[in-house]
Amino acid sequence: MQKNKVTCILCPRGCTIEKKAQGDTFEFTGFGCKRGMKWAKEEFTNPKRILTTTVHVKNGEIDFVPVRTNIPIPKEKIFEAISILKGIEVLAPVEIGSVIVKNILDTGADVVATRRVGKKDSSDD
Amino acid sequence: MEKYKVVVIGGGPAGLAAALESFKSLDDKKVLIIERDKFLGGILNQCIHPGFGLHYFKEELTGPEYAHRFIEQVIESQIEYLTETHVIDITPEKEIVAVNKKGLKRIKTDAIVFAMGCRERTRGAIMTPGTRPAGIFTAGQAQRFINIEGYRIGKKAVIVGSGDIGLIMARRLTLEGIEVKAVVEIMPYSTGLRRNIVQCLDDFGIPLLLSHKVVKIHGKYRVEGVTIAKVDSQLQEIPSTERFIECDTVLFSVGLIPENELSKKAGVVLDSKTGGPVVDNTFSTSQKGIFACGNVLHVHDLVDNVTKEAQTAGRYAAIYSQYSELFENNIHINIVAKEGIRYVVPQKLNKNFVQPFVLRFRVDNFYKDAVVTISNAGKILIEIKKSILTPGEMEGIEISQKILSQLEFSNDIVVSLQNI
Ligand SMILES: Cc1cc2nc3c(=O)[nH]c(=O)nc-3n(C[C@H](O)[C@H](O)[C@H](O)COP(=O)(O)OP(=O)(O)OC[C@H]3O[C@@H](n4cnc5c(N)ncnc54)[C@H](O)[C@@H]3O)c2cc1C
Ligand code: SF4
Repeated sequence: MQKNKVTCILCPRGCTIEKKAQGDTFEFTGFGCKRGMKWAKEEFTNPKRILTTTVHVKNGEIDFVPVRTNIPIPKEKIFEAISILKGIEVLAPVEIGSVIVKNILDTGADVVATRRVGKKDSSDD
Repeated sequence: MEKYKVVVIGGGPAGLAAALESFKSLDDKKVLIIERDKFLGGILNQCIHPGFGLHYFKEELTGPEYAHRFIEQVIESQIEYLTETHVIDITPEKEIVAVNKKGLKRIKTDAIVFAMGCRERTRGAIMTPGTRPAGIFTAGQAQRFINIEGYRIGKKAVIVGSGDIGLIMARRLTLEGIEVKAVVEIMPYSTGLRRNIVQCLDDFGIPLLLSHKVVKIHGKYRVEGVTIAKVDSQLQEIPSTERFIECDTVLFSVGLIPENELSKKAGVVLDSKTGGPVVDNTFSTSQKGIFACGNVLHVHDLVDNVTKEAQTAGRYAAIYSQYSELFENNIHINIVAKEGIRYVVPQKLNKNFVQPFVLRFRVDNFYKDAVVTISNAGKILIEIKKSILTPGEMEGIEISQKILSQLEFSNDIVVSLQNI
């Protein structure tokens, strides 16, 4: 079913944006700003999301590093991307922003670390 | 004994921002942050999802990224901090007692900023009947287990409570391959942000059961399921609407309580509505020289607001360390929440600092088309129309110099809400 109502997620206002057929074109209503309208148009045709999860770290002060895609990726690729990231292990130290997977699933998005993970301190155990 | 101008307790976003601001305002730079966890950053370290910083940085960051920006500044400024150090007491002479691996530590300071954050309400707090098997977590606990420790906490889950933390965990569990059977919410509305309902539930087809509650938890060793039922407008269970849902994991996300054990010990007066200290517009508590900000003061939904509030608290804590006489206790007018307003923060205005500030408040119910007014001595100073107000969203009103100049100081400032 084609959706004709979406809730904008770009800012906490959460405007409900509606799509109505106007002859051959569409009219959009309900948006609080232009950025939201542009987003809604894409949400109707090709919904995208930022993916965040964690990846294994070897020899780090913590065992998992949080990661994200640097740009949103198509919604239907989320689970496939997750399963790729599950199989990955990186070696500490990891810098914030360092690329973990380049161009994941040809989406043009890089998966980057969102936290610095130092090497395990041998006095920790 | 080591001596500081300002000591900040808690190294989350509130503590980091307060410390940075105190540091900037002081000449001798004697500022210390004390954090009980291994890392600075507070709860943000486990909030790996995006949604932070839109107001403050005008870009969308994850929790650890948001925290990193402040941690970096703290390190660059060479502000002193202690991690894995737990503050256990504060004496009337403002001596801080803390413990860490090395033992007991006593620290003397002129001013203290409380930034201890909050803790989660548990199953016990909402008195959910049933057995006590393994598989029951608070949502934040589960978040830490999954995002930091990397545990797999179950296979099929039910989440109780539809605030932002519950919603975010519904998505997180789904991505981890755990089937979320339902999010159960006792109120007729979710207190979570709409974008979280869209991105965390709708995206994955997870049902949100409004006006429902868990009436029983089943299972001997491990959770085997829950019984849920519909509730009426009085939140009472409607007979014969019970339904069993099979699951091995139950997450409770049923509210947060400011972490005020230390505040109580220090004799700080608390507000029964917020659960945090009563403060004035300098974020000074009833105990001279003790300031409070962030979730220890009242529970915030946006970290951006925490940062701004903490900066103000940090600045005034630094001022206190130099001019304590400006913070006496008998120099206030009250700011009072009336009809429709559950609470306001700050609850007082310090007559020595009649400077612009943001008045934050929450409403007590769901309102459509209402007017919030701020009045003083029977005169309306501000009137703000709002198309929607919900208890879940914290509101803020700028109190400008112009408004302050019209105040009559012998009268309360009254915040109230009227329907139109
Ligand atoms: C699951 C979840 C999701 C969230 N999602 C968002 C979101 O999408 N966007 C957004 O803007 N905000 C979000 N928030 C809210 C935001 O993260 C909080 O408002 C903010 O982190 C509060 O900061 P704080 O510094 O007051 O508390 P905290 O981050 O909790 O920091 C308090 C610190 O004090 C330390 N401490 C406590 N007691 C002591 C003691 N006695 N001695 C030493 N140290 C002590 C604790 O260890 C902790 O590190 C979310 C919160 C949660 C829990
Ligand atoms: S349309 Fe604009 S104002 Fe409305 S939610 Fe989206 S970004 Fe926010």
